[in-house]
Amino acid sequence: MGLRVLDAVELPIRYEANIAEVRRSARALAQSRGFDSFATAALTTAASELARNVWVHGGGGSAVVEDLSDGQRSGVRMTFRDSGPGMSPADLERALAGGFSTARSLGLGLSGTRRLVDEFTVDTRPGAGTVVVITKWTRF
Amino acid sequence: MGGPIPILKVGPNLLTTIHVELTDTIAEVFQQDVLRAIERTGAGGLVIDISVLEEVDTYVARVLADTGRMAALMGTRSVLVGMRPEVAATLVRMGYGMEGVETALDVDRGIARLASPRGDR
Repeated sequence: MGLRVLDAVELPIRYEANIAEVRRSARALAQSRGFDSFATAALTTAASELARNVWVHGGGGSAVVEDLSDGQRSGVRMTFRDSGPGMSPADLERALAGGFSTARSLGLGLSGTRRLVDEFTVDTRPGAGTVVVITKWTRF
Repeated sequence: MGGPIPILKVGPNLLTTIHVELTDTIAEVFQQDVLRAIERTGAGGLVIDISVLEEVDTYVARVLADTGRMAALMGTRSVLVGMRPEVAATLVRMGYGMEGVETALDVDRGIARLASPRGDR
């Protein structure tokens, strides 16, 4: 059975308060789909990091929250999109290599966020904004 | 005092329980409120209780760790207490272990820690 998208909600990220709304949306969906408390915290924290990136570094954008099923497990996919300055391949590599020495750089939190989710992709280039997609699945 | 999080003087120490979801702005105002309360009360210790927080991202973690460092510069020792297992697991997986921050399981143990010699666990 293939991947099915059961529902999708788009949330704007224009104000600081929107970061908390994205976080709450991720938490509510994860809990309703039976994610355990650790997986819920991981997804919610990843959402918080990425929503903040959109707001701080991307000058605003949006988050799409999708309710997934692969026939056996439930999943949550979140797509964070901004039309900010974007990153060069070298910037992205640095951001993903991580650490927090680059706290003020465009890649804040990317390396840590990647470790919290099952699937993680970044699409970015200078002048073209950044799109980050994360997916987390229930274990069983 | 600007923010929504109360900071109480309990004996020689300050005790604050973060009972609301932290936005970036609330976290920054909280930090300033704590430092002003230290100056105003001359408290010897500070206990920050985060047992209500269901998630702590790296921004909030950094504000909390920095608040302890700032308090230390002023001469006040601080202990972060009540971190939930999910929060601890998430922060360490992200590579943000909050090194150098004194922690305790709960408020009682945090207050006891403040009464003990530094480094005594």
